[in-house]
Amino acid sequence: MTLISLTTTDLLIAASLVLLVALLSWRLYLGSAKQLLIAATRSAIQLILLGYVLHLLFESNSLPFIAALSLFMLSVAGYEVMARQKQRFRGPWGYGIGAVSMFISSFSIMLLTLLVIIQPDPWYKPQYAIPLLGMLLGNTMTGIAVGLDNLTRNAWELRNQIEARLTLGQGWGEAIADIRKEALRSGLIPIINSMAAAGVVSLPGMMTGQILAGSPPYEAAKYQLLIMYLITAGTGFGSLAAVWLGSRHLFDDRHRLRLERLKKR
Amino acid sequence: MPSLKLEAVTTSHLDPVNLVINEGETVVLHGQSGSGKSLLLRAIADLDEHSGEAWLDETSCSSMPAPEWRRQVGYLMSETHWWRALVGEHFHERNCDLVTRLGLPENVFDWEVNRLSTGEKQRLGIARLLDNRPGALLLDEPTANLDPEHTDMAEAVLRDYQAEHGCPVLWVSHSPEQRRRIANRIFQIEQRRLVEEPL
Repeated sequence: MTLISLTTTDLLIAASLVLLVALLSWRLYLGSAKQLLIAATRSAIQLILLGYVLHLLFESNSLPFIAALSLFMLSVAGYEVMARQKQRFRGPWGYGIGAVSMFISSFSIMLLTLLVIIQPDPWYKPQYAIPLLGMLLGNTMTGIAVGLDNLTRNAWELRNQIEARLTLGQGWGEAIADIRKEALRSGLIPIINSMAAAGVVSLPGMMTGQILAGSPPYEAAKYQLLIMYLITAGTGFGSLAAVWLGSRHLFDDRHRLRLERLKKR
Repeated sequence: MPSLKLEAVTTSHLDPVNLVINEGETVVLHGQSGSGKSLLLRAIADLDEHSGEAWLDETSCSSMPAPEWRRQVGYLMSETHWWRALVGEHFHERNCDLVTRLGLPENVFDWEVNRLSTGEKQRLGIARLLDNRPGALLLDEPTANLDPEHTDMAEAVLRDYQAEHGCPVLWVSHSPEQRRRIANRIFQIEQRRLVEEPL
């Protein structure tokens, strides 16, 4: 089977639909129009550039180049997590919590997958390493961003309740236990939903792509399952780390709630 | 002898406070809104960063784990907060005698928190505080939302607990009548200082 090539007109038709949504939301005073347009433009530029970068990368097969691109992806993901927080931590923590959590989860899972599960030759073969990291980071980023945003927002809104629990002699961990639980849940819900709906409601992009490119469906399903489990593990470890680090940093050593460590936007 | 001692406890609103509240003694604090009464109680309960040191008996705040210190000094915030669905889930022990003396029925522990009135919450807040067996009491307007009858009941419950355990009590109250009923000493906050008033 050959791929049907897309023309610029095809893309423009799809893009005009996004424009229509933006126009509608602007006319109805619903906001979000500007963000929508910026994100759509950004994605176009980024994906086209990435196409060229990947082309170069796949040909060069150079480990330093791959490592540099991986670090670049991680640092952008860290920034995106921070930018999506309504109330974020001041100073280096604002960036650090998200970036460190993503580094711990996405990088270790990528290494495990390359060295133990897929074992390409060489192990850092960019055709595997970069798309894998991209999918891991993309999903982990969302989980961490949602989880952290939920944590800091609820800690702010329920600050009196947290302090009431502290005055009764609860430690910081107990005083924020419910809020932390809810934050982790909110971070994991999207990936749990997407696993539950996979193949029944939604057709995962990678599997669809592989089938379009001519892979046998069973092989495509195996790869999709692998990726899905890895993404779930990555999102899970990442959200756990971020929510734990974040909730710890809301308190000091004397179990005092330190909301001034958050910066309101 | 259990006493509460403040050694140069300093908050953003007050000059360093030195004060000893003896066993079984009630010190009442009043002053304009925003003069720093609650901030002083918060500092004693170690909820905010502060300088100076508070002592309960011979033990200083900083030598004790913060949660244990807070359980000991029994700080009751002016507003109560609840985080479980049912009243009883906030208590270690269902002390029916205590809630009855606060004018609440024995089955109050099975009530839903979100159906409580402000006054019920305030009385249950007192019961929850005492359920924690504190060694001192820091009370921020504990009867502000109560009618006269329930105010008398709450005062009696707090006084009985104080007598039984010999607690030092620091009580914030805006009511001159209440101050006369309960106080051993009265301080007013004026220009960042605690000024003692005649009884």
